[in-house]
Amino acid sequence: MTDATLRSLPTAAPTSAAPPRRDIGLKRRYGAERRFKAYGIAAVGTGLFFLCWLLYTVISQGYTAFWQTEIRLPITFAANIVDPRGTGNPDMATLQRANYPKLAQDAIVAKLGIDPADRGAARDAAALVSANVRAELRDVVASDLTLIGKTQEVWILANSVVDSGVKGQFDLSVEESRRPLNDRQLGYIQQLEQDGALEQRFNWGLFTFGNSSRAEAAGLGVALIGSAWMMLIVLVVSLPIGVAASIYLEEFAPKNKFTDFIEVNINNLAAVPSIVYGLLGLAVFINYMSLPRSSALVGGLVLSLMTLPTIIIATRAALKAVPPSIRAAALGLGASKNQMVFHHVLPLAMPGILTGTIIGLAHALGETAPLLLIGMVAFVADYPATPLDASTALPVQIYMWANEAERAFVERSSGAIIVLLIFLALMNFFAIILRRRFERRW
Amino acid sequence: MSTSAIILAVLAIAIAAYALARRKAAGIAAAETGKLHSMPSYHGAYGLFWAALPALLALCAWLILSPILATQDMRSLYPDDLGPQLSAFPGVADDMTRAIAEGIRRMPDAVRATVHQMPIAELSPLLAGLGVPVASAAQDWMIPAALQRIAFDDWSRLAMTIVVIGLALAGAAFALSRIRLRLTARNRVEAVIRSFLVLASTIAVLTTAGIVFSMLFEAMEFFHMVPITDFLFGTVWDPRFAAAGTNASGQFGLVPLLAGTLYIAFVAMLVAVPIGLFAAVYMAEYANNRVRSVVKPLLEVLAGIPTIVYGFFALITVGPFLRDISADINGLLTGTYGSFIQAQSILTAGLVMGIMLIPFVSSLSDDIITAVPRSLRDGSLGLGATRSETVKRVILPAALPGIVSALLLTMSRAIGETMIVVLAAGIAANITINPFEAMTTVTVKIVSQLTGDLDFTSPQSLVAFALGLTLFAITLILNVVALYIVRKYREQYD
Amino acid sequence: MMENVSFASTGAHARPVDLPVKMHGRKVEVFYGQKQALHGVDLEIPERQVTALIGPSGCGKSTFLRCLNRMNDTVEGARVVGDITLDGEDIYNKNIDVVELRARVGMVFQKPNPFPKSIFENVAYGPKIHGLAKNKAHLREIVETSLKRAGLFEEVKDRLDEPGTGLSGGQQQRLCIARAIAVSPEVILMDEPCSALDPIATATVEELIDELKQNYTIVIVTHSMQQAARVSQRTAMFHLGRIVEVGPTEKMFSNPDDKRTQDYITGRFG
Repeated sequence: MTDATLRSLPTAAPTSAAPPRRDIGLKRRYGAERRFKAYGIAAVGTGLFFLCWLLYTVISQGYTAFWQTEIRLPITFAANIVDPRGTGNPDMATLQRANYPKLAQDAIVAKLGIDPADRGAARDAAALVSANVRAELRDVVASDLTLIGKTQEVWILANSVVDSGVKGQFDLSVEESRRPLNDRQLGYIQQLEQDGALEQRFNWGLFTFGNSSRAEAAGLGVALIGSAWMMLIVLVVSLPIGVAASIYLEEFAPKNKFTDFIEVNINNLAAVPSIVYGLLGLAVFINYMSLPRSSALVGGLVLSLMTLPTIIIATRAALKAVPPSIRAAALGLGASKNQMVFHHVLPLAMPGILTGTIIGLAHALGETAPLLLIGMVAFVADYPATPLDASTALPVQIYMWANEAERAFVERSSGAIIVLLIFLALMNFFAIILRRRFERRW
Repeated sequence: MSTSAIILAVLAIAIAAYALARRKAAGIAAAETGKLHSMPSYHGAYGLFWAALPALLALCAWLILSPILATQDMRSLYPDDLGPQLSAFPGVADDMTRAIAEGIRRMPDAVRATVHQMPIAELSPLLAGLGVPVASAAQDWMIPAALQRIAFDDWSRLAMTIVVIGLALAGAAFALSRIRLRLTARNRVEAVIRSFLVLASTIAVLTTAGIVFSMLFEAMEFFHMVPITDFLFGTVWDPRFAAAGTNASGQFGLVPLLAGTLYIAFVAMLVAVPIGLFAAVYMAEYANNRVRSVVKPLLEVLAGIPTIVYGFFALITVGPFLRDISADINGLLTGTYGSFIQAQSILTAGLVMGIMLIPFVSSLSDDIITAVPRSLRDGSLGLGATRSETVKRVILPAALPGIVSALLLTMSRAIGETMIVVLAAGIAANITINPFEAMTTVTVKIVSQLTGDLDFTSPQSLVAFALGLTLFAITLILNVVALYIVRKYREQYD
Repeated sequence: MMENVSFASTGAHARPVDLPVKMHGRKVEVFYGQKQALHGVDLEIPERQVTALIGPSGCGKSTFLRCLNRMNDTVEGARVVGDITLDGEDIYNKNIDVVELRARVGMVFQKPNPFPKSIFENVAYGPKIHGLAKNKAHLREIVETSLKRAGLFEEVKDRLDEPGTGLSGGQQQRLCIARAIAVSPEVILMDEPCSALDPIATATVEELIDELKQNYTIVIVTHSMQQAARVSQRTAMFHLGRIVEVGPTEKMFSNPDDKRTQDYITGRFG
């Protein structure tokens, strides 16, 4: 400090009297501060509240979907019904046509001790059994022809209405005519439960059945296989292409207008609405290339294009994180640029690339909109054997069930959402583990 | 040979070429003085590429060109007048002839020899028996054309097999003959690999081009049938499916859809922006590490939930909840229990979409706020400003461009969102300012026009592409502006 | 063809011995975009000697070093004019394969940069990509010899499978030198190899450099005068992208011709 500034300072205030404290509005300002902070906490709280509400809705509506009411009945595979021509070795066509609901009706009527002549009571009792009993009993016979003419205890699906009733999803206090189960049926259900012939068992069918218009026989089997095919296609198509593109852009590309254009392009593609990819798939893959509609192949290709920008962005970030000294070391030893990339940079970037890929895959797994446009909203009951067969996908199945009015389908779609969320959670968990495990700080 | 057999043969030749070239290079290195320019394995790869690439390229070209040439060749046998039904659609005649050819291929040889004498009426049931149904519009003259087609395809396949395998062998032989001590095999192999990399990076550009052109072409088709001004400025959306032959094709007014899209997006932003922004500020400026490490991932869970789940949530829970609560409020106020919020409404869709966008806003804003240099923050706090004053007066203004671009990206997300509005917004194309009523959006209509049976010649289907183009254009502009701002903003602190 | 470099090129303290020239740069100019980093540099590098490049930071010494094995090719927008020969052959000639060149002219960097692989893999990488080893046993022999020459073998012989990044700074740098030696280069370029090391590690590396000149031609960039004096036989002083003086190290430090050299070695600028 020079003398000049010293001299220009105001004469010091008398030290005896402390300077009066200025009013700088502290009280008001601290009030504002508290309010501001409260807004922040409220915002975070609201976000978390919504998360809890959503998860609560899904789980409370859906956890029951993993159990399914079944009825154990001693079915007599009467030869005159199953094998009317009495060959002892009926072919598949004969087995297909047999009147299995009759077998089930006879069995339940006998079990409940109803007078077979009482048509109304017999009909009420038969209605407790799922209409899917036709397929169930057919499969039982077809797998063991010696059963013909014999009696066998079989667990068969209860009707979805019975299922909902047993799970307590109906208000039983309303007037009898306005509820799907009448008092007589409720009595039968109680009777069966006491016999131990009606109980809730783990719902394997949810994972193995194809779609069905009957809630109790509708499952995610086709959707799971379709989604698995698509994830495989996304992985096989977009991982190599995405990694190759990133390597070029990050390691080889000169800085020029063209690479700049590609960059802008990729960033934009990452933000294009997913439904637009569906339009692309419809116009290019289905209309122009005539690939089969509703197939996992087209779905997989559309999702691949959609996932590509995510993978490219993640891969480029991972490549960027590899320090330049590693590159210099490799080049200094006389490694070619390709060798430098493939021997050193790429392996070091791999955890980051895989993390990005898994997150991209998880995103693709939950994507619905583009799949609606390429015809995956199809009623598919048979497993797709190849990616060219008609199939559906997990989120699309949720969409289709969500549009059904029946209470049992709400439960199914919530259950399907739980399955989807578990898959997503596992994938993200795996990605986090991968990142933690292999993350390298330079 | 079938295509897959040819591919396998080429791959086998290529692998053999790899082994031979590698061995030859190693042999040369051992026999001659001097050092190989490239490692023997690169010589192997050199042989492999020469054997496989030209052959596979030729195969691709052949597979694309051959059907086109075959169709032309087949058409030379068509009569001048195809008949009333087919003359307008020669493509349909091609398809039918091709189907007949396919059926004839499946016949046993004895039957096949007699085919050329049959009339189509006799042939059709035979083909149907072989699993190839032939449309009733099939004509007699299609049979010789189909036979011609079979002959052409057989010839073409034979020629393709010879050419492709020949090329593979020639390529392998050429590569082997070139191998010597100073052959720059590595450089050549790497150049090929690099061109693969370039090719991969252009896929992104091709995708964009694919999106733009596919939608442009189909939309042009649509604008041939419906004037573009009617589409852009029409206020009525009523795409009734006209009876065949009539020209009444309904009205395709974009305005009600666009209004619904923007309204719902606006409501969503009203929910998401304050919550997201305050959450981000709280997390960046107030929360301690422990709170942050718990809350941040939890909020990000919201972002990881698929939109179909939000749609379901809106449909099953939020919609009925709002409807019932509005009935209660109405009952308290007026005594009549009528709900004034419909289960499917702008409010429902907007609210749920807003919830979905909270983590999007908060994580974008968080990145931007934490990117504001510490020195600015310290400068303000050092002057005695409170935290909230620092945030309001220093950090937010400094982060403003970034936040604006984050909001634009969020807006683009909201406009392009599909599943929530499909399930929660309704399908009635109203124009209303009452947020408790249903309104529909562009994305909802794209889905509803394209699910079910498709007819790529009707305006009812094609309008979806015009809508898609509109959607793409709007989101593209928002994204480009946002990315531009982000770039500028990054440079500011770099 | 063989050139000889006279150690009496500048100044009066001539030496009778002439050494063969390993590398020779003539009128080397380097541009980074618009900026010119080197202006017409001429320098001869004698075989099996240590040549030190000294000068204040930003003087172009590292730039020149990186020209000698074309590491500047990896810098976007860098352009090299003039010619540099290795055994009389122009290394910027179109027919020269840059990979082959770098196998002959190896490089050790300022900061030790071992690959995040095992010690063995670090050293074995070069011989592997260049196909120098006939078999596994031979590869092992190369790795051991290189580690021995770099004076590291005794310290790491029991843990060759442990990651190279786990070594101390000085050990890492010697590992990098071993890695460079394993390729059997003719020239080793060292870009301030000791700047990230403590004094004890520096002393070890300096001893190593002194031994290595029996077999290799070494060019070392250093900002430490003492180091240049300790390890090199010949020194070139760079200033503002030009060589202001070049000659035997002894003479440079005892009796420099150029005023700027004098100022620099006595610490007036730098």
